[in-house]
Amino acid sequence: MNTENSDRGEGKERDVIVDTISRLMVPFIQLFALYVIIHGAGGPGGGFQGGVIFGSSFVLLVIAFGIVNAGDRFPEAINTAFFSFGVYIYTGVGLLCIILSLGVAQYLNYGFLPLPVHFEERRALGMDLVEIGIGITVMAVITEIFFNLAWKREESEEERRGKKEQE
Amino acid sequence: MIPLIDLILLSLIVLLAIAAITVRDLLSAIMLLSAYSFLMAMVWVQMHSVDVAFTEAAVGAGASTAFLIAALSRTVRWEKK
Repeated sequence: MNTENSDRGEGKERDVIVDTISRLMVPFIQLFALYVIIHGAGGPGGGFQGGVIFGSSFVLLVIAFGIVNAGDRFPEAINTAFFSFGVYIYTGVGLLCIILSLGVAQYLNYGFLPLPVHFEERRALGMDLVEIGIGITVMAVITEIFFNLAWKREESEEERRGKKEQE
Repeated sequence: MIPLIDLILLSLIVLLAIAAITVRDLLSAIMLLSAYSFLMAMVWVQMHSVDVAFTEAAVGAGASTAFLIAALSRTVRWEKK
């Protein structure tokens, strides 16, 4: 891996085995990440760990498709929207508890959520909602950090422009 | 038996940590840090804190290794003398 040839995913021969295995593994890793997020309340795991595993599956996508092809599917604007969205879910659920109980309940006191189930079940569901919010945020942040480190979008855009001008 | 496993794991961790800061090939240093994180996760499991072990395995051995390799791909592989 020297600086000149450290590939940006283009022009290098791709190994068929690595390619196929990583492409096949991605959906299973994502399923496992969702399992970890949902079962975080009752066992080991949780929103953070599940989000990290989900983000790692996108890192594997880079191995399968090359960084330019994979990176085009994760635009920075959409990642930013995702990590704000997760925080909004978290704060929204927390604030709903205060607002709907008219200030009786504390922040993130899930029992006061307006769900048509028992008090204990409401707690479990509220916890899952918050975990999903955390998971979305962590997933987007991990993906964005990785793409910002591994790939400069401007460079590949300049390369593309150069190619078009040559043509 | 358990103290023996502990002893082996912890001495391996110390060895890996020393190796990671002395080796001059930065890619090897990253891989040694990854192995360090994985052994650390095993130590956490042995201490019955599966949650921490999970985080260590996902973040330490998975995500941070990918980040370090991504950072390395934008610089040189060998440390200067």
